[in-house]
Amino acid sequence: MLAGSAAIFTLVMLLLLIAYRRTPAPHQSEHRQERFWLYGLGLAFPLATLAALLIYGLVVGETLLPKSGDDVVTVRAEARQWSWSFGYADAAGLRTQGVLHIPAGRPVDVEITSLDVVHSFWAPRLAGKLDAIPGQVNVLRIEVAEPGEYQGVDAEFSGPGYSGDAFTVIAHDPAGWGAFLGRAKE
Amino acid sequence: MNALARHRALSRIWSSQPGWRGVISTVNHSDIGRMFLLVATLFFLIGGVLAMLIRTQLATARSAFVAPAIYDQIFTMHGTVMMFLFAIPLFEGAAVYLLPKLLGTRDLAFPRLTAYGFWCYVFGGLMLVFALLAGLAPDSGWFMYPPLSSSAHSPGVNADFWLIGVTFVEVSAIAAAVEICVSILKFRAPGMSLDLMPIFAWYALVTALMILMGFPPLILGSILLELERAFGFPFFESALGGSPLLWQHLFWLFGHPEVYIIFLPAAGVISTVLPVMARTTLLGYRWVVAAAVALAFLSFGLWVHHMFATGIPHMGLAFFSAASTLVAVPTGIQIFAWLGTLWKGQPRLTLPMLYIIGFFFTFVIGGLTGVMVAIVPFDWQAHDTAFITAHLHYVLFGGFVFPMLAGLYYWLPQLTGRKRFFRIGEMAFWLIFMGFNGAFLAMHWVGLLGQRRRIAWYPENAGWTEINLMSSISAFVMAIGVAMVVFDIALHALLAIRGSRNPWGAGTLEWAMPTPPAAYNFASIPIVGDREPLARDPELANKIARGEYFLGAPRGELRETLTVDAAGGRPEALVIFPGNSTLPITLAAFTGAGFLGALIRVYWVIPLALLFVVGLSLRWGWSQREATHTGLQNVGRATLLPQAIETDRSPGWWGSAFLLGADAVLYGSLFFGYAFLWTVGPNWPPPQWLSLSVLELALGLIGAAVEVIGILLAGRAVSRSSPPPSLGILLTLAGAAMTIAALAMTLTRAGQLTDYAYGATIFVMIAYALIHAAIAAITICSLAYRTLRGGAARPRTSNVNIVRLWTDYAAFVAATSLIATQFSSYLR
Repeated sequence: MLAGSAAIFTLVMLLLLIAYRRTPAPHQSEHRQERFWLYGLGLAFPLATLAALLIYGLVVGETLLPKSGDDVVTVRAEARQWSWSFGYADAAGLRTQGVLHIPAGRPVDVEITSLDVVHSFWAPRLAGKLDAIPGQVNVLRIEVAEPGEYQGVDAEFSGPGYSGDAFTVIAHDPAGWGAFLGRAKE
Repeated sequence: MNALARHRALSRIWSSQPGWRGVISTVNHSDIGRMFLLVATLFFLIGGVLAMLIRTQLATARSAFVAPAIYDQIFTMHGTVMMFLFAIPLFEGAAVYLLPKLLGTRDLAFPRLTAYGFWCYVFGGLMLVFALLAGLAPDSGWFMYPPLSSSAHSPGVNADFWLIGVTFVEVSAIAAAVEICVSILKFRAPGMSLDLMPIFAWYALVTALMILMGFPPLILGSILLELERAFGFPFFESALGGSPLLWQHLFWLFGHPEVYIIFLPAAGVISTVLPVMARTTLLGYRWVVAAAVALAFLSFGLWVHHMFATGIPHMGLAFFSAASTLVAVPTGIQIFAWLGTLWKGQPRLTLPMLYIIGFFFTFVIGGLTGVMVAIVPFDWQAHDTAFITAHLHYVLFGGFVFPMLAGLYYWLPQLTGRKRFFRIGEMAFWLIFMGFNGAFLAMHWVGLLGQRRRIAWYPENAGWTEINLMSSISAFVMAIGVAMVVFDIALHALLAIRGSRNPWGAGTLEWAMPTPPAAYNFASIPIVGDREPLARDPELANKIARGEYFLGAPRGELRETLTVDAAGGRPEALVIFPGNSTLPITLAAFTGAGFLGALIRVYWVIPLALLFVVGLSLRWGWSQREATHTGLQNVGRATLLPQAIETDRSPGWWGSAFLLGADAVLYGSLFFGYAFLWTVGPNWPPPQWLSLSVLELALGLIGAAVEVIGILLAGRAVSRSSPPPSLGILLTLAGAAMTIAALAMTLTRAGQLTDYAYGATIFVMIAYALIHAAIAAITICSLAYRTLRGGAARPRTSNVNIVRLWTDYAAFVAATSLIATQFSSYLR
């Protein structure tokens, strides 16, 4: 996308520069110029580029969609001013504050909602944003290959405490995930 | 009569009063246009100072420059001021000043409305400036998402300043938009068909229509949110059947078209200035017009792309993503039409052209990043980061401020009659250009690194400090550039030497007059047969001054101009404009008093202010200047035309029609909200909330029918001129009274309005219908009064036709809202 954009930008700048450098051809008919500039560059060129880009975007978007499977883990993220609280379908009653535990290597559905104003759940290295809206549950599918710690933040302006409103995602290996859930059962 | 005597006579007739009295009583479009431009520029400087405060805060990590509570006010007000108090009013000012001169007429359609709109803007802007100085400014971000902006989470008066101040300013935008539409369609030089209009007029027409379509959803949203804040009507409260997303839909239904409302006038400036700088004509005039219209249509289908992260269903995302990429096509057509124009001609590198090159550079980058964020997976990452801030500044600063600076330097000789002497503008350009790109290129980068927009501080270890510092330094370089432009213009206006009449060799009519322009614009109204009449006939200016065209002989003390038929430009009627008046500023002050009453929650002020507003409006309509003579009038060149007031569709009719169009969009948005809450709300509508009452429904529907038939009869009686239209008027009045009774009865049954969003919604629908029924009743009463007075005051066809628009609309609204609310219990 960046390379394509750079190419289009360069093209426009070159056309602008050449307009100042060339001596205009005096006998070109207005109709021929319209055909080149408007049918060609104005209409056909963007339509072709955008169609390609859009198809690419939709295909990528499709792969990001949550698909049902047996080993999907469901967790719940509740935002409030200005902290995050997480719950786990596999361990009823277990809640963690400011830290979301997930298993690595398995698809995870995060059910996102808010207890007060609109927030947004964003762990940049795991997935895009999804808003936390009061009275509504949005589901975000994430999947982490490697165990480790990942940073997350609130990404919709939510008042004076917004800048510091962050959380951590800890992805466990299978043993660690079992231990985490087991700890809850004790 | 020679040219000088004509100039003196016309100047005496059209001039505003000297000194401060002139400022408050002028209705002349050149005066008000200049005042608009000046005030909008002041707000640009205020918004710019706020921007510098933001950049100071972000220049260092963990900044302690201001606390988050203050910082939130600063960035909210920066966005609000730039969008509502700078960009839109600057367009209005440019259009108010330029349009009559481009179109070859003497003033805009409704001179007093121009003044009223200006004063509403000033008073509304002052409210927000006061809030800023008092530390009470809105602080929920410029798009004011509830519940953050609801009373539970923003208990102070801050959010009310936004909702009420901005709505007041929008009254002015609606007034200007109605004015611009009617002026472009009806007030042109004879012979100027739509096809021959200067391209800027096309852009202004499309923009004004977009304002009429785009602003009502936000006005409705603001009314609903203020009702929620003040009285607890739970429109946006999910626990009570409302939805916070309803606000987001209404806001972006306005907010996305707003971007194009800002860009299109700037594109109009480029399409005007660039061909002159290339010593040629615009390539593909019709393509460009079609592209502007296409952009306007598409822009209303894009609002959801601001909400990609709110959990919109997948098919919705695909549709809006496709629509969002599609806007690049008409934009591309315009860009390549301009490039082709440069290739067709011999471009000069003048100062306006320098700013246009700055536009190309920045706007193309902004357009390309715009296509990127239209792609959903990319947007999910980039959304609400500094990348978006950078993108929107490339589009808005690149797409609006650069072209407007080009336009400023292009029309400056027309505005002042002087020649540029100091060469500060070039240096200022380079500072602005380098500063802008330095500041915002860096912001793309830091946004991709993860910096969110609207944060008040970031940690030292984020690795963003150097980029932000560079961005802040560049921003200050840009600010110095802007200050130099202001200094340059001030020096120019005070010190520069007199210049020639048409320094750029342009072909449009605003250069066919002495500069600075006289209050009456054209000593006689020219006949146009070409898109560039001045290029075709270099003697045109002298012929106009010699009075060779229409209305070259001033009569009495009347401010006269012509209307034409909308499409073809055939002269249609003679218009007599009202003179200087303090009525507009007084009416704006009372309108402001009503808004102020709502703001400080002293509600008894509102009916009192309303009483004055209605009274003054009636006086306004009544004091319309009417010629002493009736029948056909000689307008010069052996042409006889009727007076506009004696035609079927006077300018007032056109103005009412456009205003009601915007009103209907507001009503449609209300139905959208009703349907939206219905789809998201559980248990909607609640059982037995409002049971069907046959009496109310029958009374309302019959009343609406009687109202429609009555005004039809009144119209027939007036066109036959005898007997007086008493029966029709009485029937209309009776019909209006019946609808009012039916609506009032329904309203009393609406129940507990704060318990559930459903009751609150039908309350608003019925109240809306009730207000329109009352307006209709007032207009009929004025018609009845005219009939009773008789003689010169007797109702004309144009009077009845205007009243008919209002009564028919009121009947329609009463019928539909009664049906929607009464039958809703069957909708489950």
